Amino acid sequence: MAGITIEKIEKTFGATPVLREVSLKIADGEFLTLLGPSGCGKSTLLRILAGLEVQTAGSVAIGDRVVDGVRPKRRDVAMVFQSYALYPHMTVQDNMSVPLRMRRLTAWQRLPLLGRFLPGTKATAAEIERDVIRTAKALGIGHLLARKPGQLSGGQRQRVAVGRAMVRQPAVFLMDEPLSNLDAKLRVQMRAEIKELHNRLGVTFVYVTHDQSEAMTMSDRVAVMLDGELLQVAPPQEIYADPDDRRVAEFIGSPKINMLEAKLRDAALADAAGTSFTVAADAGPGTALTVGIRPEAFHLVETGGPNVLTGAVRLVEHMGSDLFVHLNVPGTEHPVVARLLAERAPQIELGQTLHLGVRPERLLIFAADGKRLRPQGHAGAKVLPIKERMQ
Amino acid sequence: MTIASSMPERAADPTGAAVVPKMLRRQRIAEAFVAWSLAGPALVLLVTMFFLPVFAVFAIALTDWQFGATTLSFIGMANFREVLADEGFRASFANTIFYVVIVVPGTIVLGLAIALLIESGKSCRAFYRAIHFLPFMATLTAMAIAWEALLHPTIGLVNQTLAGLGLPTANWLRDENTVLPVLAIIGIWQNLGYAMVLFLAGLKSIPQDLYDAADIDGADLWFDRLRTVTLPMLGPVTMFVFIVVALKAFETFDTVQVLTQGGPGHASEMLLYTLYRESFEYLRTGYGASVAVVFLFIVVALTLIQARVMDKKVHYQ
Amino acid sequence: MSTSATHGLGSPAAITRHAILLITGALILIPFVWMVSLSIKPPGEIFHASFSFWPKQFYGIENYTKALTEAPLPRYMLNGVFVCTMIVAAQVLVCAPAAYALAKLEFPGKNLLFAMVLIALILPHEVLSLPLFILGYQIGVLNTYAALVFPYVVSPFGIFLFRQFFKTIPDDVIHAARLDGLSELAIVWRIMVPMALPAIIAFGIFSVVGHWNSLFWPLIAVRDQNLMPPPLGIMAFKNEEAGNDYGPLMAASTIVVAPLIIAFLSAQRWFVEGLTGGAVK
Repeated sequence: MAGITIEKIEKTFGATPVLREVSLKIADGEFLTLLGPSGCGKSTLLRILAGLEVQTAGSVAIGDRVVDGVRPKRRDVAMVFQSYALYPHMTVQDNMSVPLRMRRLTAWQRLPLLGRFLPGTKATAAEIERDVIRTAKALGIGHLLARKPGQLSGGQRQRVAVGRAMVRQPAVFLMDEPLSNLDAKLRVQMRAEIKELHNRLGVTFVYVTHDQSEAMTMSDRVAVMLDGELLQVAPPQEIYADPDDRRVAEFIGSPKINMLEAKLRDAALADAAGTSFTVAADAGPGTALTVGIRPEAFHLVETGGPNVLTGAVRLVEHMGSDLFVHLNVPGTEHPVVARLLAERAPQIELGQTLHLGVRPERLLIFAADGKRLRPQGHAGAKVLPIKERMQ
Repeated sequence: MTIASSMPERAADPTGAAVVPKMLRRQRIAEAFVAWSLAGPALVLLVTMFFLPVFAVFAIALTDWQFGATTLSFIGMANFREVLADEGFRASFANTIFYVVIVVPGTIVLGLAIALLIESGKSCRAFYRAIHFLPFMATLTAMAIAWEALLHPTIGLVNQTLAGLGLPTANWLRDENTVLPVLAIIGIWQNLGYAMVLFLAGLKSIPQDLYDAADIDGADLWFDRLRTVTLPMLGPVTMFVFIVVALKAFETFDTVQVLTQGGPGHASEMLLYTLYRESFEYLRTGYGASVAVVFLFIVVALTLIQARVMDKKVHYQ
Repeated sequence: MSTSATHGLGSPAAITRHAILLITGALILIPFVWMVSLSIKPPGEIFHASFSFWPKQFYGIENYTKALTEAPLPRYMLNGVFVCTMIVAAQVLVCAPAAYALAKLEFPGKNLLFAMVLIALILPHEVLSLPLFILGYQIGVLNTYAALVFPYVVSPFGIFLFRQFFKTIPDDVIHAARLDGLSELAIVWRIMVPMALPAIIAFGIFSVVGHWNSLFWPLIAVRDQNLMPPPLGIMAFKNEEAGNDYGPLMAASTIVVAPLIIAFLSAQRWFVEGLTGGAVK
């Protein structure tokens, strides 16, 4: 039983704030991913959870226990590092034994030479060996126990690092970009393995990454961080389809969401890119808005009109099942990208004029400050003023 | 959406916010405590073995204290005046300079030449490097005894060879005209391997690109390459070798002690030998301390020059 | 400088290179060769001046026996081994934790401590010999093994070298060790020192070569023949007994020089690194 409660954590390095009032509650057994670009503070937050760094303000509880000021060793957390941080002079077996030896053997029993003659040392050592071998076998590295990290491939090292964390059965797993040093193919494979591991162990995982596909595929919930702030915490699908913040919408999704600058005409219509969009916003005419449209929200229509963008085809990218069509739309800064089914390909030529329609409910409307404006009656959301942010 | 709603009670305590900076401070104090307990023994020993002795040397140099005496009085710069006026010290100082002036260029030129020769081919590099480096790590006291046998006036190999060639011979270590040059040759013999190894490292760090560029620019004779690429690129290393060898030359002691005891007369007396004899044989403690201070100034000056040079080297890259 | 290397062994340039290096190498080796040669010659042949390296009558056994029995040469060698071992052990023991603190921990006074290390690095030990002699006299250790060891138990160079090396070890490894439950002292001995083994070995060689060969301080610190390390012992042997009895004296010299030479030839790379590493860095 170990959920994590993070209460108003702040961290500054010198005068630079790295984390601003981050609060988050992670359920026991949940797989939560901290997602954000490098430098957003996600790794710092993870290190604070581990006890490797001390927060400037705020409090962390693991389970029912407030762990502020508690040494890393006593927090019942294990961590997998980006660089794996294996001890290069020890064999795989020794690497994996260290956390157990430190916990199960007394300081006297750990003494070199002498310790092994103390009562109980031998039995405990055998027990440790058994646990290490069992864990190693479960991870498929049983045959590597006698090797040193330098003799292993990247994927094997990664497994050893996971094994070292797993062997002591912690209540919480912390993972700091554990896949970023692997090649693309291995990364996909290990992604699945880590997810399976989580299912099997059923303990809490906190996973830090900058890779949205990792976040989307593995997590129960994703916490998107930017500039030391939590922007949104939600299940992956919700993060994608129902973002709270313009920055979240822009960070998630590939190709990137199309953002059109718009002006409110009245409470229900906004003008942008030579057309008008059906919006619901509780603000005066002339208010600046941003209309966000995911590339796959478009469909081809015959003629222009409301909720239809018209432009000339600038580039067509064939992706196999899909087609990315880049359109020059007058009045927009960037080309608009639409994702269409591949069978449309024969109909589309460079320079041709296309009409791209979008259903009003698929429009994502953002206020000038970047906050999402939701239409009335939208599930659980208020209209203006902007929905209360998390925390 | 999930928000922290209820924290365990302790954390929800309104004073919680104030507690944390204290925690941060406590953690810093804990880290400082650990750090100082790890560094403590080294600190205590550094102070007792290095810093107190240095102050003591300066203090003793200003007194007339003799080792074993129960009284002492402050006599200011009198020791230094005595040292500087002393014929023996002047000879020692002049001899040391003379010695350094021979040893340093000799070591650098020979070390560089041998390094260039070794690096100019691929075969037997390790073998040649080992041979030339051997004297640097052989026990100098023992090797000095071997040199003495070589230089023996009647049965030594040197005089035998010279006589065999019909050249004049000498009693090398007992003749005041030859003793210092001979010691200098031993000094070069001992240190040139060290210079060679440093130059080899310097040569390795010159990028092949520069040689390729020189080739294309038309500097393809070995002499041109040496002048346009190798020597300029070795500049910083050479400066460094210069200082290191000079320091070693100033610190020459073993050969003097074993071979000449400073003789004949004062002809081969050098600073460190003077320091030793005055302090520990004649027990002229204050005088010895003054010599130590002079010696320290020379060494520190050279080291500071070296630090400047190394600084420049960093900018150079 | 691959000027003529491509032309192979047979080219004039390559032959010149080998010729010159063989000549300079031979000149460098003369003292060693002469020393060994005299050590196997009978007195008659030594004083009968000849160029030959090999004696007409092999007298090695007599000379080496005399060297080993008339002077306590084995004792000198053991003294050298013992003193060097104690010094290196103490230096690693004292320097590694301090270097770890300087490399990886934050604490007030850190810069001051490091500055002290750098200053101590400059100070030549000979300058400090007088106060150290007085200190040794005051604490009553002169003319004991302790006198030979105590001035060297802390090595500023060791702290400096280890610190440089520890700095290259990623912080993540230390974090992992803390999470695994190691104390800071355990991190020093179980993680940092094993990972820095190359630096430790290089430093050990540097230290052993320096103290095995050192004459200055032992000359001051001990008078008792039973405590003398090899250089001092062989000097005593020369002054007292052997005098002009070159055979045994050369045999003794050979025995004193041999261990380091053999070690050097079998681990050249390590020795070169150890003896120049500090200079290059």
